[in-house]
Amino acid sequence: MNLGPHADFIVASFAVTVFVVAVLVAWVTLDYSGLRRILGDLEERGVTRRSRRAGKDER
Amino acid sequence: MAIIDLANPTRFLGFVRRVLPFMAALTIVLFAFGLYRTMGSPDDYQQGATVKIMYIHVPTAWLSMMCWGVMSVAALGTLVWRHPLADVAGKAATPIGAAFTFICLVTGSLWGRPTWGTYWVWDARLTSMLVLFLLYLGVLALYWTAEDPGRGSRAAAILTLVGAINIPIIKFSVEYWNTLHQPASLFRKGGSAIDPSILWPLLIMAGAFTLLFFTLHLAAMRNEILRRRVRTMRLMQAQEQRA
Repeated sequence: MNLGPHADFIVASFAVTVFVVAVLVAWVTLDYSGLRRILGDLEERGVTRRSRRAGKDER
Repeated sequence: MAIIDLANPTRFLGFVRRVLPFMAALTIVLFAFGLYRTMGSPDDYQQGATVKIMYIHVPTAWLSMMCWGVMSVAALGTLVWRHPLADVAGKAATPIGAAFTFICLVTGSLWGRPTWGTYWVWDARLTSMLVLFLLYLGVLALYWTAEDPGRGSRAAAILTLVGAINIPIIKFSVEYWNTLHQPASLFRKGGSAIDPSILWPLLIMAGAFTLLFFTLHLAAMRNEILRRRVRTMRLMQAQEQRA
């Protein structure tokens, strides 16, 4: 595929897009794993949400 | 499950857990097909191969405006119905919309240099798009810097609704003002002016970017719900320690 005399502009456009999308994907993925870890730690220490506690009481 | 059931955050998390892997897989497949069609599409008779920038510039421009539309509906949900999931949706969409607007501005600039001979002009379309990007940053700042999350959310919702005025300005800027930017060539009276050999790859890439947006948005909403749970649990832990 020949991108012609302006290949740099085309490649730069796609590179910027790939970089920004990769940052977005990394952000949601790392944020999720971090939050799961914190929630797990809190639950291990016995901290539970009120709604979950109410559910346990009903049982 | 009825759609109204998804208004419950726990049910919403279950729904996200089920659909997210399929949406992510479909996004990858659609991008692979779209890029394949993009590489095989012909050069423009005037712009040459630089027309390939259009396959990312145009979808991200559409999405930057669509995302503001999603945020505006969410802002109404926050201010009128005070539904927490509406606030979650608005907050989760903001960084994604800002990223798409950034891509649109950068690729537009890189496309402008070989086509117009300049990276930037202060014309109506480019300036209104830059204003949209600054509005995204403003909403982000309100969400991220407010000490009280509730007040920050309401302020962000108000700014979102005020900023919605900019969307029709962007859309019609190429018709009402004299600009370097070309007028609409797809959604216009008389139908599309684009040849099918270029139009189809563009539509496939637009579909892929749209699916990417919704996949990221759902994932970011899930994260925001979990973040609020962490905040609630930490507050409860602090209260219990004080008691």
